[in-house]
Parts: sequence; structure tokens; C-alpha cells
Amino acid sequence: MTYSRSPLAATGLLAIALLTVQAAGAQTLTISNWDGYMAPDAIANFSKESGIAAELVVQATNEEIMGKLIASGGAGYDVVFVSSPFAEILHNLGLAETLDHARIPNIANLYPEATMLAHDTGNTFSLPYAWGTTGLCYRSDLMAEPTSWNDLLVPAAGVAGKTTMLATDRWLLAAGFLANGMSVNETDEAKLNTVRDALIAAKKTLLAYDDTTFYAKLVSSEAVMVQAWDGWCNYGITDNAAIKYVIPKEGSDLWVDTMVILKGSENKDAAYAFVNYILDAGNHRWAAENILYKVPNKAAMDGLDPALLTAYPNMAITPVQLLSYEQLRDVGEAQRAYSRVVTEIKAAQ
Amino acid sequence: MQSKAPLPLMAPALAWLTAFMVVPCALVLGLAFFRRGIYGGIEYTVTLENLWLVFDPLYFNILVTSARIAGLVVIIACILGYAAAFAIAAMPRRWQPVLLFIAVLPFWSNYLIRTYAWMVLLNREGLITQMARWAGYQGEMPQLLYNEGAVVLGLVYSYLPFVILACYAPLSRLNPEIAEASLDLGASRWTTFRRVTLPLTRHGIAVGAVFVFVLSIGNFVTPALLGGGQFQMIGNVVYAQFLTANDWPFGAALSMVLIAVMTVLLLVQTMAAERVHNPGDGHA
Repeated sequence: MTYSRSPLAATGLLAIALLTVQAAGAQTLTISNWDGYMAPDAIANFSKESGIAAELVVQATNEEIMGKLIASGGAGYDVVFVSSPFAEILHNLGLAETLDHARIPNIANLYPEATMLAHDTGNTFSLPYAWGTTGLCYRSDLMAEPTSWNDLLVPAAGVAGKTTMLATDRWLLAAGFLANGMSVNETDEAKLNTVRDALIAAKKTLLAYDDTTFYAKLVSSEAVMVQAWDGWCNYGITDNAAIKYVIPKEGSDLWVDTMVILKGSENKDAAYAFVNYILDAGNHRWAAENILYKVPNKAAMDGLDPALLTAYPNMAITPVQLLSYEQLRDVGEAQRAYSRVVTEIKAAQ
Repeated sequence: MQSKAPLPLMAPALAWLTAFMVVPCALVLGLAFFRRGIYGGIEYTVTLENLWLVFDPLYFNILVTSARIAGLVVIIACILGYAAAFAIAAMPRRWQPVLLFIAVLPFWSNYLIRTYAWMVLLNREGLITQMARWAGYQGEMPQLLYNEGAVVLGLVYSYLPFVILACYAPLSRLNPEIAEASLDLGASRWTTFRRVTLPLTRHGIAVGAVFVFVLSIGNFVTPALLGGGQFQMIGNVVYAQFLTANDWPFGAALSMVLIAVMTVLLLVQTMAAERVHNPGDGHA
């Protein structure tokens, strides 16, 4: 997810980055991740356990770290966290390390489904870190349960003007694709135009496009239904139990955030040690417990407090159900058409 | 420019500007002539297609919309700002610095925070709605946020101090005896304002107007936050090219056109200011 950030303040991150000892020699690991997307003490603990010095570089978006990696040919980083379409790009550009599973014993903790992801079957170049769906997050005390993406695109009278959609190209279009029964990776121009027109019509009923504060708008009742990543809907549920999450009948996309080791890494052993450290049941569970994202790690998920699954029902979506949804894939040149269509939608009056 | 500034004194500033302003801008703008790689890198084949694309109706209309919004902001800010400057200049001398200080005070806080403050005020469950409810209003409140009006409001609010300062300077320097002479000779207050005061201070309005226009047309924060992302100004498109579409060449081409528009406006402003300071080329 483009803006994967925990609302739980990760104030310790900077301190850790500063305190991390820059050991002499090549054994300093450089990791890029979103702010707050792993435990604040993850790097420090990893260094303590392994004796390998590591530093964290915080990225705001996938595009930011991709820009750096493409410009440098992959130099300067050992492990990066990116969403799956970007992992695919790194692989296509020849920048991603072909993974030697023998050096990642904790890979056995992953669900079998986590090794069957469409973007990288068999985890040859990426390891899933978190996964989930994109659906409708709504106020069950203020409206009837929505069942279809069209309940968002063509809202009922009392709901119109009180909905938001995600502003990021791929997810905004995904809502339109799914509502029309199309693939979330559709590139056919005529179909893209159909979706564009549907989304322009939907725009007239929207409160706003919002990627970062949509759940707060639900809490304040400014909005009653928003297009949301399941994990983010949970932040709203924390503040108001009347907020609920539903996957429309047409389905969802399956988003997967991954870890990629760079082929150009000069610290391969340390990089393997780090991803293995993250895949440890307890370490990986941190993300589920604190960011409220599902993690593709069976050992980690099995250890979750059942109360968490009751409070946040979407945490219990099964891997089988997740795999029934189509992943956002890299669409290559068609990304330009996507950007243009989204500009047309947002510029339409 | 009659006097020549000694070059050694200007050298540090010139070197600074060249190294940290001219060179980086030139490097970015130079990208406009290359092609975007399939995954967002740069392919170094020379092309003009990015510049042509700026004039594609989709993007050109966004540029026109941005100019229209910036123009509206200029008109409102100039009326409000000139009136405020006029009022301040008419106050007793010792109060004027205090009032100017108050007018400029918001500038000392972060732009983003000031913009978010408007969201707190204007949203459907915001302070204005709560006050209306408290006053006994029961009906549905009109949507105040996430529309063009909110964007114009936010921009006017942010850039008003520029106009106040720019208009205050000539207004405070104006010799009051000139207006008195006009009144003595039988002109009404309105005529005196229209035919004497306004023409003598109009370059202040011009300076403020150009600043406000240039800052507004390229703004992307206010449309994104107060507009709810529901309409694009050209700044948002540039932002998207660099940060989400990873199409730096096209972003550079859009920036180039935007910088060209701003440069022309600033040149016109400078020439107008020169004429005010060095009159005698035939016009009054």
C-alpha cells in the first residue's frame, strides 16, 4: 500500500537510526521501509542478536524508493520493503536477488498460500510481509450494510456526498474495474474509458478523494462510507465500534507488501539474516498486533490473541479467501494510460 | 539601472543562486527533452513530445483552470488587501507597525498547519457547523469544504499579507497634502481616491497581484487538502508526475511552461516598477 504507515507514533525510529552504530567494514546493512511499518526496536534487536550493524532509511511512498533504486541501479540498499507490483519491476529490471531459501529457514513459517502469490510464485525474488484487501469501511449506525462497489459509485440518497475514494491511481481505478466486473489490471482502452466515465459520474457524489485520513472522516461522521484498505479501516474501528468493514460482492484486489533483497547488496549474508529475523513468528506478529495488518506468517497469526480477531473481524480473513482475489500487477507501459485517465477523472468538473 | 554594483560584493549571492537554484533547475528542466523509461527512469533519446503533451487539451485546460483560480484569488486578495492597507495607512503613525505586525503574524506559522486549520473550521462536523447547531440551526449544513470556493478561500487567506504589505508601502509614503489639494480643488472623496490616490499607488497593487498569482497558480497543497483532491491545479499534475507517475520528463515539461509564465509576469512587473521609479517616458 502506497501510504503504509502506522498511526501509532513511531517516535523511536529516529532515535534508533541515530543510535545505530555504524560498524566498520561492509557489514552495515541498509534497509528501506515505510515509517512505523516494523517494530521501533526491530533494527536494534536484530543488531543485538546478530552482531550486524544496520540502519533504517524511511521512505514515504513506493515511488520514492523506486526512484532512488532505478537512479542508482540498485546500489546503496540491501533490503527494501515495496508493494508487489514494484517488487515485480525490481525483478524485471534485474535488481532483485534470486532468493536462496536455504538461507531463510523461517520461510517455513509462511502460509502455503503465501508461496503461491501470482506476482512471484514460489517466492523467487520477494517475501510477503503483509497482505490484505481493499473494500468498504462504513458506519453501521448511519447506513445499511453496502454489498456492492456500486453502492459506493452510485450511492443512495442519504449517503451521497458522504463518501470518499482512494486517490492513488491503482486503487481508484480498481473500484471502477471491480464494479464493472473487470480485471483490476485491465489495460484495454475502451474498458478503461468505461471505467473513467463511471468514476467521473461517481466523483459528483463524493466528499473527497482521500488516502490518509478517510477513517478519521468516518469517526467524525463527516463521511459514512469510504473506500479503504482493511488494515486502515481497523484504525477507525478502534475509535468507534460502529465502524465496519465489508468486501463487496464483486470482490477486492489482494495487495501484498513485500521484502526484496537487492542483487547489488554487498552484505548478502546480513540481508538474508535480516529477512529471516523478520519472518520469525514473534517479530512478524508485531505488525499484526500493532499495525493491524494481516501478515502471511502462519506461526505469527496463530499466536494472535483471539480478542483481536473479534474486535477486528477483517484480521480473520483466511489466506484461501485472500488468494481468491486478483493481485495488482505491474502493467508496464499501461501505467501511463492509468495516470492519464486518473488525471482526466480528477480534472473533470 | 544606472549604478553598477561592485561585482565582488555580488559574487557570493550569484554563486549561491547559480549553484543551488539555476543549475538544479536547469538539470530538471533539461529532462523535459528526454523520454520516460518504461519503469520510470529516463531514456536519453531527445524528443519534444513532452512539451507537445503540455498543450494537449486535458493538461492545457488544467493550466487554464489554474490560471482562472489564481486570477480569482488575485482579484479578491487585491480588493481586501488594498482596503486593509488603506485603513492601516490612515491610522495614527504609532499604531501602524502594530497593525502590520498583526496582518503578517499568520506567516510565522507553518503553511500546512494553517491549511489544516481551515479543514477543522469548515468540515461538515467542524467548528462552523457546531456553532450553527449551538445557535439553534437544525437543518443540513451546506458543504463548505472540498470545493473550489474552499480552495480560493485558502489561497486568499494565505497570500493576503503579500498584498497588504505591497500596497501599504506606497500608501504610507503618499504625501497627504496631495489628497488635500484634490479635496480643496473640489473633488469628492471618491473622485480623489479614484483619480489621485489609486493611480499613485497602483504599482503596489501590481506587485502584490503578481506575487499572489505566481504563488497561487503553482500551489498544490491547498487544492489537495481544501479541494479534497477533487480538482486538479497544474501544481498537482506536476507533483503527480514526479512523485506517483514517475514521469519526470513530462513533469519537467509542465514545470518549464509554468516557469515561463511566471518569468514573463515577473518581468512585466519589474518593468512596470522601473517605470514608476523612473517616470518620464511619456506616460504619467
